[in-house]
Amino acid sequence: MKEETNKKEAEKQIIDQAANEEYKYGFVTDIETNVIPKGLNEDVVRQISALKNEPEWLLEMRLKAYAHWLTLKQPTWGHINMPEIDFQDISYYAAPRKQAPEGNGEIDPELKRTFDKLGIPLEEQMRLSGMAVDAVMDSVSVHTTYREKLAELGVIFCSISEAVKDYPDLIRKYLGKVVPYTDNFYAALNTAVFSDGSFVYIPKGVRCPMELSTYFRINAAQTGQFERTLIVADDDAYVSYLEGCTAPMRDENQLHAAIVEIIVEDRAEVKYSTVQNWYPGDKDGKGGIYNLVTKRGLCRGDHSKLSWTQVETGSAITWKYPSCVLKGDYSVGEFYSVALTRNYQQADTGTKMIHLGRNSSSTIVSKGISAGHSQNSYRGLVRIAPKATGCRNYTQCDSLLLSDTSGAHTFPVIEVGNDSSVVEHEATTSKINEDQIFYCNQRGIGTEDAVGLIVNGYAKEVMQKLPMEFAVEAQKLLSVSLEGSVG
Amino acid sequence: MRHRALLNMLEIKDLHASIEGKEILKGVNLSVRPGEVHAIMGPNGSGKSTLSNVLTGHPAYTVTGGEVSFYGKDLLAMSPEDRAHEGLFLSFQYPVEIPGVSMVNFMRAAINEKRKYFGQEPLSASDFLKLMREKRAVVELDNKLASRAVNEGFSGGEKKRNEIFQMAMLEPRLSILDETDSGLDIDALRIVASGVNKLKSDDNATIVITHYQRLLDYIKPDFVHVLYKGRIVMSAGPELALELEEKGYDWIKAQIDNQ
Repeated sequence: MKEETNKKEAEKQIIDQAANEEYKYGFVTDIETNVIPKGLNEDVVRQISALKNEPEWLLEMRLKAYAHWLTLKQPTWGHINMPEIDFQDISYYAAPRKQAPEGNGEIDPELKRTFDKLGIPLEEQMRLSGMAVDAVMDSVSVHTTYREKLAELGVIFCSISEAVKDYPDLIRKYLGKVVPYTDNFYAALNTAVFSDGSFVYIPKGVRCPMELSTYFRINAAQTGQFERTLIVADDDAYVSYLEGCTAPMRDENQLHAAIVEIIVEDRAEVKYSTVQNWYPGDKDGKGGIYNLVTKRGLCRGDHSKLSWTQVETGSAITWKYPSCVLKGDYSVGEFYSVALTRNYQQADTGTKMIHLGRNSSSTIVSKGISAGHSQNSYRGLVRIAPKATGCRNYTQCDSLLLSDTSGAHTFPVIEVGNDSSVVEHEATTSKINEDQIFYCNQRGIGTEDAVGLIVNGYAKEVMQKLPMEFAVEAQKLLSVSLEGSVG
Repeated sequence: MRHRALLNMLEIKDLHASIEGKEILKGVNLSVRPGEVHAIMGPNGSGKSTLSNVLTGHPAYTVTGGEVSFYGKDLLAMSPEDRAHEGLFLSFQYPVEIPGVSMVNFMRAAINEKRKYFGQEPLSASDFLKLMREKRAVVELDNKLASRAVNEGFSGGEKKRNEIFQMAMLEPRLSILDETDSGLDIDALRIVASGVNKLKSDDNATIVITHYQRLLDYIKPDFVHVLYKGRIVMSAGPELALELEEKGYDWIKAQIDNQ
């Protein structure tokens, strides 16, 4: 007659097991890689620039950023417990050595296999229709699909290294304008050593006919990935952009410090979606990616719109605040986020909505889910400038706890500079409800599936914002990540 | 009283159960055969809801003694979901809301889990939707409700109707209706009761847990039991419900407490 007593225990176990769920993308590709020696100094910065045949102005920007970085200290204000990073113990550039002859568009078969395995076939005919991909491994972009087709419309989609060569004026005009190297510690570091990433330019009046997507893969050991993404949507343009990321399972922590800059002109719209699934470390918190990212968009034009959607399930530490500077009158900023942490993962994530334009509006929906021993924080700033009259913000910030040992925290800051603006903030914290699980059980749905259903339901508002192909992936990812993590 | 099937579907013997160390059920005995309707009545706190929770395997309750067999199988050894697959259904007194999970997805998971349990293929999307349509009619459930999230924003009456809709979908062998009449106006009560009656057959059985005679005007019991202080203290035919309606529980309480 011990079954009844044991049932609660068993339920707990199922939820705890989720923590042990294997990370599916943890393999390493055996490919020859050119890695520059570990360490960071001015010569390394010069070497990266030289490897990429960069123009003088870019090298200068890197060197300024590096000099500035030396004056900064690793920030400690996040609600995260992070050891001080030894920046001399990291290699700042790793490039898979090309096997195929250059210039004929052939992809190295090993790289192709790697991305196939990740579900990102690089051959255009095999792609999901309607999505172009830039595949980045370690420090370089290995392939970009559909470039020619997009070029017919004047859409530029290529690696940022190529863009520096092929579109120097555009890059010079926009790079570092939204996130200057002086912005923060990691932005300075990234600007000094960034290697590759994607560049997107949508010309006036063009609605990009397919989703653009960059897939980031860390492969080499003891390297950091410092990519840089720049998206410009000119007047009346539209683009939906997706970002995915994975890394091998390793005991050491690896650093990923990226910058994403977005510029949205008059009446243009950019949707930026992320499914972040970097290796989160093992169940004891060993290893995993430090994901320290600066993402910001400038809604420069009137009636411009920028929408961030993120599903964050990976990384040992996540520190990112995709933000909108709403400069244009009637501009719109949105932030939809699901952050799931388990085991010993730590996430400190949220957004900043800076209202500078009149009648600009913003929406923030943040859903945190914490399991195991993880810590999950929402940090947000809503600032309405004195001259930005008639602005609106709506913030909804929910936390769901799946265990007694995890933590959910919120750090909202609201500054309203005039009295014609309206700011609403709603927040809830709840624990996964035993009665909900039992209700599902009674209908024949096992506890693991029940937790998956309940959590996906909880996150639905955000998941609905993802493009279709991504939403399905993200839903599976949430359920798989949760296997065994309620307790 | 009917005696078509001699085999008991449910056999509860000397069942004891507690919650948070407090014993609530103190030796319940009950047999239910296919085709029967049993009403379990009793004053507040007598253990009625505990009985339904224990039978369906709610983890908050601990069985401290006795046994329960369901078609000869040890019910208490099964997980709550396996009990459901074996054909045990509970219409909850307070159905929970599951925000963001559509009724369609929820029912589809439930149906397909049951099919999996019996080694059957999942139902195709079109067959499933056809089944939804068909069963919705049983309790006149609006299509809008069926496409909303599970119980989210449903009125009290809608929640209860939704319970019976799920019962219709899952075709249980034994249904326990836990205070299904509470919070229902007379029209909703009639719809819910007529749904239950439509689903009745010679092969399934129903346990109706209720305070009042009212529901029993619509769902006619074959047996009426009084649960008091964790035990069934009286069992009789439908006339007992009428007597309780008239005289209340005090006379039974007095009788038992004086023993």
